[in-house]
Amino acid sequence: MAERLEGPLMERFAALLDALVYTRSRNAKLALIADYLRATPDPDRGWALAALTDALDFPAVKGSTIRNLLMERVDPVLFQLSRDFVGDTAETASLLWPGPEQAAPDPPTVGEVVVTLSGLSRATAAAGLASLMDRLDGSGRYALLKLATGAMRIGISARLAKVAFAQAFDVMVEDVEEYWHGQVTPYLPLFDWAANGTPPPSGEDLPLFRPFMLAHPLEDGAAVDLGEYVAEWKWDGIRVQLVSTGAETRVYSRSGDDISGSFPEIAAALSVPAVLDGELLVRGNHQGGEAGGAASFNALQQRLGRKAVSKRMQDDYPAFVRLYDVLITKGEDLRALAWEQRRELLEDLSTRLDSARFDLSPVIPAANFEELGEIRARARDEAIEGVMLKRRDSPYVAGRKTGLWYKWKRDPLLVDCVLMYAQRGNGRRSSFYSDFTFGCWDGDPDAGADLLPVGKAYFGFTDEELKWLDHHVRQHTVNRFGPVRETDRSLVLEVAFDSVHASRRHKSGLAMRFPRISRIRRDKPAHEADRLETLRNLIRD
Amino acid sequence: MAAPFSWLRAHPQGLYITPAGVWIDPARPVERALVTHGHSDHARGGHSEVMATEPTLAMMNLRYGRSERTIPVGYGESLDLGGGVRATFASAGHVLGSAQILLEHAGERIVVTGDYKRRPDPTCVPFQPVHCDVLVTEATFGLPVFRHPPIEQEVARLLATLAANPGRCVLVGAYALGKTQRLIAELRQGGWHEPIYLHGAMERMCRLYEEFHVELGDLRLVAGIPKGALAGQIVLCPPSALNDRWSRRLPDPITAMASGWMRVRQRARQRNVELPLVVSDHADWAELTGTIAELEPQESWITHGREDALIRWCQLTQRRARALDLVGYEDEDD
Repeated sequence: MAERLEGPLMERFAALLDALVYTRSRNAKLALIADYLRATPDPDRGWALAALTDALDFPAVKGSTIRNLLMERVDPVLFQLSRDFVGDTAETASLLWPGPEQAAPDPPTVGEVVVTLSGLSRATAAAGLASLMDRLDGSGRYALLKLATGAMRIGISARLAKVAFAQAFDVMVEDVEEYWHGQVTPYLPLFDWAANGTPPPSGEDLPLFRPFMLAHPLEDGAAVDLGEYVAEWKWDGIRVQLVSTGAETRVYSRSGDDISGSFPEIAAALSVPAVLDGELLVRGNHQGGEAGGAASFNALQQRLGRKAVSKRMQDDYPAFVRLYDVLITKGEDLRALAWEQRRELLEDLSTRLDSARFDLSPVIPAANFEELGEIRARARDEAIEGVMLKRRDSPYVAGRKTGLWYKWKRDPLLVDCVLMYAQRGNGRRSSFYSDFTFGCWDGDPDAGADLLPVGKAYFGFTDEELKWLDHHVRQHTVNRFGPVRETDRSLVLEVAFDSVHASRRHKSGLAMRFPRISRIRRDKPAHEADRLETLRNLIRD
Repeated sequence: MAAPFSWLRAHPQGLYITPAGVWIDPARPVERALVTHGHSDHARGGHSEVMATEPTLAMMNLRYGRSERTIPVGYGESLDLGGGVRATFASAGHVLGSAQILLEHAGERIVVTGDYKRRPDPTCVPFQPVHCDVLVTEATFGLPVFRHPPIEQEVARLLATLAANPGRCVLVGAYALGKTQRLIAELRQGGWHEPIYLHGAMERMCRLYEEFHVELGDLRLVAGIPKGALAGQIVLCPPSALNDRWSRRLPDPITAMASGWMRVRQRARQRNVELPLVVSDHADWAELTGTIAELEPQESWITHGREDALIRWCQLTQRRARALDLVGYEDEDD
């Protein structure tokens, strides 16, 4: 659909956001963003791009800032009821905003909004935000609040924005990704390069992130020839990229976030100039067994998301990286080489690294695909996620390229649970009961056993099944707690999950990984659902 | 003496006037029914005796066939229901023939609004405020986020989108009774004099409106029209047909929907709507609260919709209110 590309700049950005909200097709979204980037002057387009890719951060503005601002103007109960219905705080606030008491100045530009928001402190956040709100219409307020809280959630991934950028100026998306990192908002040199043909921004001396190579899932029933592909374990940690200039080393997560602060011992252990791809794990006696084994994902979780990490933490949960690949060594870019050649260089390099912090992800010695299947089937005991298949001649390319890498995940575990509670979803699902809490029996249900919640899932079902589940919840509600409904315990859900761990946080003593609804078992009576002991027997911590 | 107003009771299947033995908009077949308007969730089939306006009776007749006894009532006309209860009809401004019903008994006055709106609508008689002791009000859009914009603005957006996309058509999902005819009439007032194309399910109701002298201009069925001829045109269909295979016969349609729910972005997304048109035949928050403030009843009884918020507003403004639990009213497509 044609985009409204006139009007003041913040309203133009708001119109772009609205159009993106209502546009489903990826190509149409790309066209909308590309048109906007071409038609909008610097620096507004750079700020808009930063907003779309979640690159802006205004610590003074919190979700609570918006709530408090509204509470001063609207009755708290009416605000909460509205929020529950709309499913989004920013949108609720944009709709409820009473408007200025006297005529406000003209709408701001995106740049002016960003500058104003950056200058706010905790103390001035409310007033600063309110004066911007007064200058905008409903759509503008929505865009402002989304931008201020950094929660766009409009289905635009950073990748999509980069593809749109490439499309807008007819440049290669790989180049965009490479030059993008290390650039500061509002990306003036990047626009200068793409739109005006100036030399690309350079990042050689900085420990910059390079886009990861990713895998497609292997289709059910598909097979590959192990003459062409090599098999490796898919380790159950987090994928990281280690980047060292020799002087400085950084650890990046899958999304390109710098997590060096959480894993100082890893950053400190790499001092040769290189860019490496691997799996971050914690030492333990699962995953790979005997010497140099790794602990389950549960152990790694203790270390994730920490800004600072104590010595004790480092000793209790010692981290290391199991290396998959090498992208760059000694200033030489190896990404165009075949996997086999890179592997040789990686094996050579790994001998020179601290073995306490780095080891090599071994190649699985399977003679053929059938044998690999048998090895994979046994993998559960080793708490491994599955198998990776990499074409022996594959270069290291950004993103998912068909035919190069596949992930062949192991089959999930299944358990029959009983639906206990449901909660309305957010966003697109705001009017549907779409978050389901389910439980298992803590003994023999016919002898008076009770259900204990064992997990929560909000995906795995089709749109049709969601409608059915929503209807079921509404028809079988026995209690309401705010947005949560307790249901009569009549519906059995088959839940699929990757693994289950002991947990002190939950009353059941269990925590599932990646639980999802795999089937609705309308045929099964609730008392035939599984018991806790079934789940406990699956713990491999 | 009985408690005040206890002669009108809310049952899950509808409101019941005890001394007269008459139901209002009952969800199940009953002996005697007062019906406020023709929407199928209010006007059900199978009643032995139906008291309603002429257009409402015609709509019910179209859908269910004749009832045993029909008693047409005009706006301002009264009926003796028996048991000392008098019912007087007043216009509700919701759709053609929609009525509020004033009930009088033992010196007490209760007005049941049915569905209503206060905005002008070229296809029906405007809402008439009726003084009362108890106001039984709807609350479909009973949240302060609902403020319907002027319909001219939404019609202008529709026409602008059409103009900006030559070669495509705009397909508008709209409720077949009321919304469709109002939208057509507003499009005519907004300067759209081309034929307007209809899904087959909408034809009968449009003809019925025309029989009651509502001018809708040149209406044609989509069936049989070649795809190319629909480029640049407006097509109306029931909301259920929006994402249906039916729409494949149209030239790259821009999907629009005319509904008060379109005010909320995610509601539009759930429907795969590209062009949300905020057009409603119900009172918005300002109209709901404004009507209570204007009539100042001793009590407000709040029926189907988001009653929590309206009750809260009544509490905040020191007004007595309570929720009536009625089932069976559907509001998804309004």
